[in-house]
Amino acid sequence: MTILVIARLTFREAARRKILLAALLLGLLYLAIYGVGFYFVNQDISNSQFGPGLLELNQIRNFLFMAGMYVVNFLTVAIAVLTSVDTLSGEITSGTIHTLVSKPLQRWQIVVGKWLGFAGMLSLYLLLMAGGTVLLVYLISGYTAPNIMRGLGLLWMNAILLLGVSLAGGAVLSTLANGVLVFGMFGIAFVGGWIEQIGSFIQNQTAIDVGIISSLLIPSEALWKRAAFEMQSPLVSTLGFSPFTASSMPSLVMVIYGMIYAILALLLAIRLFNKRDL
Amino acid sequence: MSHTISTQALRKDFGENTAVSNLTLEVGRGEVFGFLGPNGAGKTTAVKMLLGLISPTAGSAKVLGAPLGDHHARAKIGFLPEHFRFHDWLSSVEFLRLHGNLYQMPAQLLDRRVAELLELVGLENHTNKKLRTFSKGMMQRIGLAQALLNKPDLVFLDEPTSGLDPVGRRLVRDIIHDLSEEGTTVFLNSHLLSEVEITCDRVAFIRQGEVLTTNSLKNLVEGELTVEIRARNVTPSVLEELSRWGENIRLDGEHLSLTLSSEADMPQVIRHLVENGIDVYAVKPQQLSLEDLFIQVVGTEGGL
Repeated sequence: MTILVIARLTFREAARRKILLAALLLGLLYLAIYGVGFYFVNQDISNSQFGPGLLELNQIRNFLFMAGMYVVNFLTVAIAVLTSVDTLSGEITSGTIHTLVSKPLQRWQIVVGKWLGFAGMLSLYLLLMAGGTVLLVYLISGYTAPNIMRGLGLLWMNAILLLGVSLAGGAVLSTLANGVLVFGMFGIAFVGGWIEQIGSFIQNQTAIDVGIISSLLIPSEALWKRAAFEMQSPLVSTLGFSPFTASSMPSLVMVIYGMIYAILALLLAIRLFNKRDL
Repeated sequence: MSHTISTQALRKDFGENTAVSNLTLEVGRGEVFGFLGPNGAGKTTAVKMLLGLISPTAGSAKVLGAPLGDHHARAKIGFLPEHFRFHDWLSSVEFLRLHGNLYQMPAQLLDRRVAELLELVGLENHTNKKLRTFSKGMMQRIGLAQALLNKPDLVFLDEPTSGLDPVGRRLVRDIIHDLSEEGTTVFLNSHLLSEVEITCDRVAFIRQGEVLTTNSLKNLVEGELTVEIRARNVTPSVLEELSRWGENIRLDGEHLSLTLSSEADMPQVIRHLVENGIDVYAVKPQQLSLEDLFIQVVGTEGGL
């Protein structure tokens, strides 16, 4: 399978990069700081004389868990973009693509192979970081957040979606322009998400609409908000506001939109790369 | 006769610039075909179109009987790009295995072929060295090995000797010679005319993306030639009679020059001079070199 040859090459190439090493080290540093911090906070609240009941304890634990997942989401998304942003544009500029494309394979196989390679790497990274966070929280406090698998699935989708966008951009743009495009879109979704959050809190419909439009432009923040909604404790959702939870929770339709978006981004990348003069 | 490559009025525009304007040529099976032209004449663009790396604006072509861009045909094609940039974090063996896998070669055959080719290009002692540490010449050698992995029917070599020292050049020449013995068609892009002169059966001159003329190099050797003669006592009548065999007859002191239509006339010219009592000290045939022909056909502009 030629696709797997390309996937393996991509995985190996991404894995030997300094970006990934830095991300791994930062990730481990995050896990260490997180573990230590969580340990002491947990010890403090559990031993408090006028301490809260189990219900409130778990609220605080959930809040800390969400803070950890927020970092995991951000790191995974950053890795998704930073490792893939130059994979097409860079190979086109340097000319390494010439010996690949002149082999008996079709161009879509190169794009799908690259996509698979990065997706594999991102899955491992996400599993390591999110798994580490879940495990630390469980080992220290015995607490497990609800719907972790569903939440992780959404975080994974988020990374895959941005990977697709970055591949599509890289098929036509220079590396720098592509980086600006993808992070710019990510930034718009981020800001739009917060405007929607606040709009929903103060019940301002225009602000909510702005958020929805930015989510349609790129649903990455919406996927995170939905993941956060899935993993938050039921009490938080009824009580209302925390920085990581959404008072306006993205609908299932938005999740499906995100899924279609991710697939379309990959198809667009294939189409653009097919047409490109190399 | 079926052609390995045949193109009809291929054209490629990049925006307002025309890289290749009207490329029509045919390359026969087993031929070593030289593609010559000044820098920027559209040689690389033409090769890229034939390989399906870029799509033509107009015109059509068949390569190994298949339309442009057919990926099945590429199973029998090898390609050494001009700017041979490869994944340089791979070792030479890893690099060749990668490309062999892209040709979908079975593992055992691939292992054998990799060892064979590393020896052929003289890199058998650098099997585990990363390409990053390679010199330009070594890169070109490993690139050449990559182009031959699949025992191709057709090989495109884009400036294969530009980074090589004389030893490397001879190696490439020998490889091209062997390929042509085995019936492989070689399409050689080069501006190193002496190389082309030695290796090619036929050459096409291209300027501004158009084939100006195609010449068989055999014709070049057997074609007209200028002879420089150093002689004394040349009389006007003898000089006049020389026009039977040649033209452009000039006499400048002891130096007599004339252009013959064929080498075969040379003995008669010498005999004529000697029999008429003229003292001949030297006869130097000045074969028209490929470089002369290049300048004649393409002109001195270009290369900008």
